[in-house]
Amino acid sequence: MTDTLTMLGRSAAALGRRSALIGAGIAAVPLLGTQRALAQGADTAITVDRARTAPIPIAIPALAGTALGAQMAEVISNDLARSGLFRPIGNAAQIGANDAGDAPNFQNWKAVGAQTLVTGKVEGGGSNVRVEFRLWDVLPGQQIQGTAYTTTSTNWRRIAHIIADVIYERLLGEKGYFDTRIVYVSNTGPREKRIKRLAIMDQDSENNRFLTDGSWLVLTPRFHPTRDQIVYMSYYNNRPRVWTFDLGSARQTVLGDFDGMTFAPRYAPDGNSIIMSVSRGSGSDIITVGVAGGGRRTLTSSGSIDTSPCYSPDGSQIVFNSDRGGDQQLYVMGAGGGSARRISYGKGRYATPVWSPRGDLIAFTRLGSGGFAIGVMRPDGSGERILSESFDVEGPTFCPNGRVLMFYRAGQGGGGSRLVSIDITGFNERVVPTSTDASAPAWSPLLA
Amino acid sequence: MNYKAIGFLAALALLGACSDNTTGGASTGGASGGGGASASSNGGAIPGSQQDLVANVGDRVFFAYDQSQLSSDARATLDRQVQWLQRYPQVSIQMAGNTDERGTEEYNLALGQRRANAARDYLVAQGVSSARINTISYGKERPAATGADEQAYSQDRNAITSVQ
Repeated sequence: MTDTLTMLGRSAAALGRRSALIGAGIAAVPLLGTQRALAQGADTAITVDRARTAPIPIAIPALAGTALGAQMAEVISNDLARSGLFRPIGNAAQIGANDAGDAPNFQNWKAVGAQTLVTGKVEGGGSNVRVEFRLWDVLPGQQIQGTAYTTTSTNWRRIAHIIADVIYERLLGEKGYFDTRIVYVSNTGPREKRIKRLAIMDQDSENNRFLTDGSWLVLTPRFHPTRDQIVYMSYYNNRPRVWTFDLGSARQTVLGDFDGMTFAPRYAPDGNSIIMSVSRGSGSDIITVGVAGGGRRTLTSSGSIDTSPCYSPDGSQIVFNSDRGGDQQLYVMGAGGGSARRISYGKGRYATPVWSPRGDLIAFTRLGSGGFAIGVMRPDGSGERILSESFDVEGPTFCPNGRVLMFYRAGQGGGGSRLVSIDITGFNERVVPTSTDASAPAWSPLLA
Repeated sequence: MNYKAIGFLAALALLGACSDNTTGGASTGGASGGGGASASSNGGAIPGSQQDLVANVGDRVFFAYDQSQLSSDARATLDRQVQWLQRYPQVSIQMAGNTDERGTEEYNLALGQRRANAARDYLVAQGVSSARINTISYGKERPAATGADEQAYSQDRNAITSVQ
């Protein structure tokens, strides 16, 4: 009894943010079953670190019911496989889909090497679809999780990503990152007349759409932490400035009224202000501005180039790029400005710092005589590790749980550019498919 | 020997060399003989036009990697721009700063601006009204040359003047 209550409490907590997502038209309720908490003992404690070397074998047959069932199973399976931490059992469909309410034939699943199993069903259509899913621990034959979602059929991909996140979280003990989007710059045309458009897609490269039409150069888009809004840079009317883009209304608004170029924008963690650079004198200063354009505050005025500012996740510190010491390096200062200490001391110049949502790492681009590299270091500058090297790799962005980085890689001489993702330990480097050449990715927070 | 004729021919030859600058290809950014433009025709370009600027004056100066200091060649080109701007006081210009691709996007926007500012400040110091000069930076987004060798990169690190 106590176990069941504990389980319900835990799953309710895990789902808390999901079931509050009524705004996106998705409701979630737990499904009771013979639930059993995963034991916290050493033999069943699976962590992300362990799963990197021993991916969890998981069977995800097509969900029963409508045709969406097979599509959803594929999205879930692909999400988990792409993380490198799960090994979906192939040919799961051959063993047959299970009705979510039935007890699965665990012997069959054990025989094909599945350690965990997903079953479910999809009912209804149009504006009223109900998706049931259950996650099973195959060896003891017990349910780990069960949830029923109701939403419109157009949200089916979101439900699949949410289910993948729930599976990730229940088995690995930390939040997933599949119910997210990527905003980036699409590049088409020859290098000397490159057409750049803002674009947005689901993190699995689906649902791509272009936000601008290429009339004006656009650069460096980033997501608002809670709202459906992007901050970016546009050369509209040949005045390079920071703009915001409201994704719901598609309205683009220039941020404030500045004489000089504004660039390198990011939102503060509370979403109430934007930190960015403004050109002043022979360099650039880091300033903050309220999201509506008022309340300007200068944080640096060193006379050198101060740019690429990024807040720590708790909003107390800022890491940024400055050449105040002679060449491009990384510095950290308090969120109110003031004295900054240099943290990059490796071989080369350092740029594009981003602070992990976990607070434990800063990712960067390093520039040297041999080319570019993507790496991470601790916020005090120690423990520098290089993850990927190529002529031009740059611009890392963290997924919401801080376990995966995305960046872009361009060929020398303006050759094609591609988005690339990599685990922060350096494994599982993959190209992220896009319909055009792509650069400057930014990872959204979890949508729920 | 008709030295006057040789001088005239020499000026014509130099004009021919200067007009190669129109393609934006290999330019020394300051051929000292370019002053010959004042001594003869504009080579067909309308006086005070963009074409005139490119063909007879030189529309761009170049920079060392990650630097924004003006070389003596750069100052020579800018000196000619000053003279030209003084001759055509109705002309306003845009000074655009650019970088090569061996840097990150945001820093290069700032570096391009720094280069544009350096060139503009030089013109202003020589007496051109700052109201006639607009600056912009394209960072590494609009390379003049699209190769991946030192020759191409040296062309990309520039400040380009254009008639508005």
